[in-house]
Amino acid sequence: MSDYNFAYLDEQTKRMIRRAILKGVAIPGYQVPFASREMPMPYGWGTGGVQVSAACLTPEDKLKVIDQGADDTTNAVSIRKFFERTAGVETTERTNEATVIQTRHRIPEEPLTEDQILVYQVPIPEPLRFLEPRETETRKMHALEEYGLMHVKLYEDISRHGHIATSYAYPVKVEGRYVMDPSPIPKFDNPKMEMAGLQLFGAGREQRIYAIPPFTRVVSLDFEDHPFEASKADHPCDLCGAGDSYLDEVITDDAGGRMFVCSDTDFCAGRQDAGYRGRLNAEEAA
Amino acid sequence: MTPLLSVRDIHKSYGARIGCTDVGFDLFPGEVMGIVGESGSGKSTLLNCLAGHLSPDRGEVIFDTRTDGPRDTLTMSEPERRMLGRTDWAFVHQNPRDGLRMSVSAGGNVGERLMAVGARHYGDIRDSATDWLGRVEIAADRIDDRPRAFSGGMQQRLQIARNLVTGPRLVFMDEPTGGLDVSVQARLLDLLRGLVREMGLSAIIVTHDLAVVRLLADRLMVMKSGRVVEAGLTDQVLDDPQHGYTQLLVSSVLQV
Repeated sequence: MSDYNFAYLDEQTKRMIRRAILKGVAIPGYQVPFASREMPMPYGWGTGGVQVSAACLTPEDKLKVIDQGADDTTNAVSIRKFFERTAGVETTERTNEATVIQTRHRIPEEPLTEDQILVYQVPIPEPLRFLEPRETETRKMHALEEYGLMHVKLYEDISRHGHIATSYAYPVKVEGRYVMDPSPIPKFDNPKMEMAGLQLFGAGREQRIYAIPPFTRVVSLDFEDHPFEASKADHPCDLCGAGDSYLDEVITDDAGGRMFVCSDTDFCAGRQDAGYRGRLNAEEAA
Repeated sequence: MTPLLSVRDIHKSYGARIGCTDVGFDLFPGEVMGIVGESGSGKSTLLNCLAGHLSPDRGEVIFDTRTDGPRDTLTMSEPERRMLGRTDWAFVHQNPRDGLRMSVSAGGNVGERLMAVGARHYGDIRDSATDWLGRVEIAADRIDDRPRAFSGGMQQRLQIARNLVTGPRLVFMDEPTGGLDVSVQARLLDLLRGLVREMGLSAIIVTHDLAVVRLLADRLMVMKSGRVVEAGLTDQVLDDPQHGYTQLLVSSVLQV
């Protein structure tokens, strides 16, 4: 513990990141460049999110880390351990107890409060990247609010699949100004982005930080005749029976057997503790 | 009558070398102007200066905008200039790859300008894309194909459809028929002539092909070493060339 500064990063680095976060909060959806540091984990494992979390953490904070909604997957476990060792903060798996939640690819089912910060790990912060490869051009497009190209992507979706097939990293417009990539969360989570908590996005390799302040208007892009739809698998959870949560499909054998379970493990466990039971969990109910 | 485009004393140099200099002309609504000259004579530099892709060192490019009347596009703010580039102006590149998005379907390519000016109804966008593909003689069932799957002539026609879909008033064309074989060239020219007449477009066409200007252009400017050496009505310049270089140019055309 004494070998590291609190939360791994040195104070000057945290100061630099906090300045970027403040600027991001001041201009919702705008990608603020920052001097991303080498972290003791590979790019793609959440180096951006970890740096943002490190800059936000205080010794009194309680940290929760999720990966695809789950607390017990490799990425989540290793980052949680990382902060246990380098910051010595308390960790939790309960959404409502945490003050800082670092996430990859999900927003917790339980609504966040004003006292909570949600930190996203972002692989590619530029929503226009695959349509316009030039960074100089995309910056200009953001600056001049030229977002017609984003609809070309949705147009292509409809012309090929008959509906908007983009199901994750669905582009949103923040506070009527910047078009933003919400990181690869399922579009089911898009409506939740208008929340009470502060949302911070960190992209380590791409060296960008952006933010959505609490209660900010976040609109998913769509066409008038093909409106946005927050889709999910059309099942209830097989463990807790929840009908309104985002589900993972799990293959259970090689004969076509499958089950649908909540991707948010804490939400699912909480419901099971409260006595809710799903299709495959019924016998234990008695 | 107010000229649609009024160009005054354009000068652009690359270091000590002159790109183009002392160019000035008026272009009236519905008029097609040809610019001919050999390679390196400053035709493309001039065109890019006019279309706002390059900023000239001095001069004025005054465009008669729909809302505010004549304005110098060089002193306009960048958003305004780019807005013009999406609405009232169109630019047809020599190589369709420069003007198209090769990874986006033909319909998406045509629809992009509509979406860029705020169209948000998929059905309407799709309908006008289909309509425009028809006008440039591309079968409606190719609407979801990528431009990669198109021949060179089709790509060029697609580029023209993509540019004309927002109903521009001024079209810049940089060697629109370059790199196409003669029969495809002839069809493209036919098509262009029809569209220009039908929509009442004004156009500035840069080319080194005298047949193209003979067919399309009302007026002609001949450039050499960055300067305009001769200007006048197309038939007049081509049938009775005055400047030595124009005479050389006209006499160099191969007769079949």
